[in-house]
Amino acid sequence: MSGKNKYQNRRDFVKSVGKLAVALPIGYLAWELVPKTTAGEFVWQIDPYSCTQCGQCETNCVQTVSAVKCMHAYEMCGYCDLCSGYLRMGVKELNTGAELQLCPTSAITRSFVENPYFEYTIDENLCNGCGKCVKGCADFGNGSLYLQIIHELCVNCNQCSIAQSCPADAIQRIPATKPYILKEGYKTDES
Amino acid sequence: MNKKILYIILFVLLIWNAAIYAQQRFPKPDFESGYNYPEYQLTDPRNPAWEYIDVVVLIVVLALTTRFTLKTRSRKSILLISLFSLIYFGFFRVGCICSIGAIQNIALALFNDGYTLPLSVLLFFLIPILFTLAYGRQFCAGACPLGAIQELTGFYSVKLPRTAEVILSTVPYIYLALSILFAATNSHFIICKYDPFVGIFRLNGPATIMIFGILLLISGVFINRPYCRFLCPYGVILNWVSRFSNKHLTITPTTCINCRLCENSCPYNAIIPSDILQEKESMIKSRKKFILYLILLPAITLGGIFFTQMFSNDLAMVNQKVRLANELRMERENGIKAISIDAVTFKESGVTLDQLFAEEKVILTRTRKGAPWVGGFLGLSLGIALLLTTIKKRRDEYKPDQGSCYSCGRCFEYCPMHTEKY
Repeated sequence: MSGKNKYQNRRDFVKSVGKLAVALPIGYLAWELVPKTTAGEFVWQIDPYSCTQCGQCETNCVQTVSAVKCMHAYEMCGYCDLCSGYLRMGVKELNTGAELQLCPTSAITRSFVENPYFEYTIDENLCNGCGKCVKGCADFGNGSLYLQIIHELCVNCNQCSIAQSCPADAIQRIPATKPYILKEGYKTDES
Repeated sequence: MNKKILYIILFVLLIWNAAIYAQQRFPKPDFESGYNYPEYQLTDPRNPAWEYIDVVVLIVVLALTTRFTLKTRSRKSILLISLFSLIYFGFFRVGCICSIGAIQNIALALFNDGYTLPLSVLLFFLIPILFTLAYGRQFCAGACPLGAIQELTGFYSVKLPRTAEVILSTVPYIYLALSILFAATNSHFIICKYDPFVGIFRLNGPATIMIFGILLLISGVFINRPYCRFLCPYGVILNWVSRFSNKHLTITPTTCINCRLCENSCPYNAIIPSDILQEKESMIKSRKKFILYLILLPAITLGGIFFTQMFSNDLAMVNQKVRLANELRMERENGIKAISIDAVTFKESGVTLDQLFAEEKVILTRTRKGAPWVGGFLGLSLGIALLLTTIKKRRDEYKPDQGSCYSCGRCFEYCPMHTEKY
């Protein structure tokens, strides 16, 4: 029995047509998409210049303690005694709203440098990325505190869930070769 | 007293500068004590080379699974390789990027010029499909961490009634069509957002998704692979590709003797029984049905197109920009104050309403263009599925349904026929 009957022939024909119908779109997809690809990788990062410190970073990250942390551009800092990003403990008067400025995890420590300058350091292990200090610093200070995604903690989701809810579209994909957008000076006046 | 003056001066200074963003409000200090600025220790992201290691691992895993399903026919080896995939792609690589989610990146890249697609994502999308075209759904059997976690926890199998199975398996089609629509309009990545197991892989995640994932796993103990069967959008693609695959897993290593032992072995209802014992439906009756469904096919497709077109504006609401525009329009027209965080940020940003509405219009037109395709695709799939029910092939053997078979190898041990290993 060497020959196939007509039904088997027809089945084979349908199968090869189907195979072609499946293979062609896949080939087309590859042909269309390969020019749009890049060998490099991308990571998510916050553009500190468009960040509005809305506080979504703290709550919307898939990591339960957000991968977003506060960083400090020391060279932009005024080293002031009175810092709007840092609420000193034990001051005589705590006025209305003072608690809103207070770092909720006491991640900011300050140390005396020389009269009248103080250095403010952020403990990344304690920081939860809420951006309260960043807001104070941006609104009333030099803007030397800013938020960044720390790549050691970020799992680099296909779609960053903070980016999805960021009202200022400040979170973008940037090449993994330069994974941070650091504040080193002023974007508007100097530089 | 001294302090109060300081505060007042400060306050005046602040008001003075409040409007100008990013300006040095306080001068750079002149340190006399020889203070040096501290150095930041920045952590690098994972080495990009890992992405390509993943691709290599994927290919190796797929090749091994193919060997285990087609050649050595060992369910145990298949389970071992899926355990490896679960550990590597699931717990070690924490879920991203996966082939299922890659659908969205592909759709986004196809319809948006500004998006550059990492090559590894394209490979993750294409390689399992190519393997499926050659050997059936090897990806589902051994390489997919989501499949693996369900396969490994599927201890008992309760067979669903055929009707329930058929009705529920339409859900992945809807999921696929919507996820492509939302990704193509750059609105949302719903597959990633509602991935039930990624939270388990990370041992961390939003509570709702974690609960959903755990419930799905528990139900999967009885109704095996619930995600694969009733949700997975990538499964739809693999299903259709697998139907035309070159080679495919067979239940028996030799020839089927119609012993019916394997009949109930598949928890996925993916075994097509032989029909030598059944009575044949009359040719005329099935031909009549075929013609009826053939006429219905364009009607169902058109129905789908009209249906989704009606809802295209609602579908666009998934987009954040469209929601924002709606909220602000409500504020302007009805005086309902827009207080969402998006609205507040928008008002501060200095972008005019007209600009926003123009952007909204672009998204709306794109969704309106895309929505009929969703309905058309769903209608067409439904029509073809109906049509296929009328085509009855005579079968003198028990065979896996190439579309829905996950190549998991559960049926192997039920077959009494064995080949001697040489």
